Amino acid sequence: MASGKTLTIAIMDAPYESANSTTALRIIHAALEKGHNVNVFAYEGAVNLTMKAQQPHPNPVKGTSVEQEQHPTTKDWIASLFKLAGKKSVKLDWVNCGLCVDERGAGDWVEGPRRGGPKDFLDASSASDATLVIPTK
Amino acid sequence: MPKILNIVETAYRATIEEQDDTVLWLSHMLKNAGADISILLRANAVNYAARGQDASGLSFGEVKMTHPPEIDKDVEKMIQKGIPVYLVKEDAEERGLSDKDLISEIKKVTRQDLPGLIDQHDQVWHW
Repeated sequence: MASGKTLTIAIMDAPYESANSTTALRIIHAALEKGHNVNVFAYEGAVNLTMKAQQPHPNPVKGTSVEQEQHPTTKDWIASLFKLAGKKSVKLDWVNCGLCVDERGAGDWVEGPRRGGPKDFLDASSASDATLVIPTK
Repeated sequence: MPKILNIVETAYRATIEEQDDTVLWLSHMLKNAGADISILLRANAVNYAARGQDASGLSFGEVKMTHPPEIDKDVEKMIQKGIPVYLVKEDAEERGLSDKDLISEIKKVTRQDLPGLIDQHDQVWHW
């Protein structure tokens, strides 16, 4: 059941470089599971988390094929979080910082995220019950 | 062929998303390509030698993580492959890791041993 509460999260880390992005996605998953709305402001390298062109790969060290390795992609995880939000009848509003997208050429995303800017983060934060910033280090 | 010492300090940086540690993975690949390479685990990376790590059970929505990282097993495989893996004894002790917690084939060195270990190598890469 939807709680009516909203959490806003700002993230900065690019995929495959830090545990921060995994942590953020776990928090988003947990909040959606509990019926909370979640706003995400993906800033700097975090705009790459949703890029559609991400592909799993084989692992030559383990000698595994693409199918055997089942390498995760953050775009699939996030697409799954959008489905979870729909299932729970809550809102996941994922905003990719437009200028960060432009400078990285990172504009081709999975379905769900939208383009925005710092004002969206401010508005989301102002209207939320809590805001969590997970900065890069 | 130069003798290379890879010092790994940063730990668990993106191990869930990558399903392994990228520096250990790179070291393994370089060994397969013929490199004379050794590993030194220091600081938080000493935990890579802790036995019985289990990162299973993670899922996002309905997408389940089917192959979680098994860093301790990766280290064991590297040792089996002929890569000497060293660990700073004091760094392990400071984190409460005793000999029984660590994979048995790991080579423990003290901080005092480090200059000698480094001197045995032609190149030192600190990650």
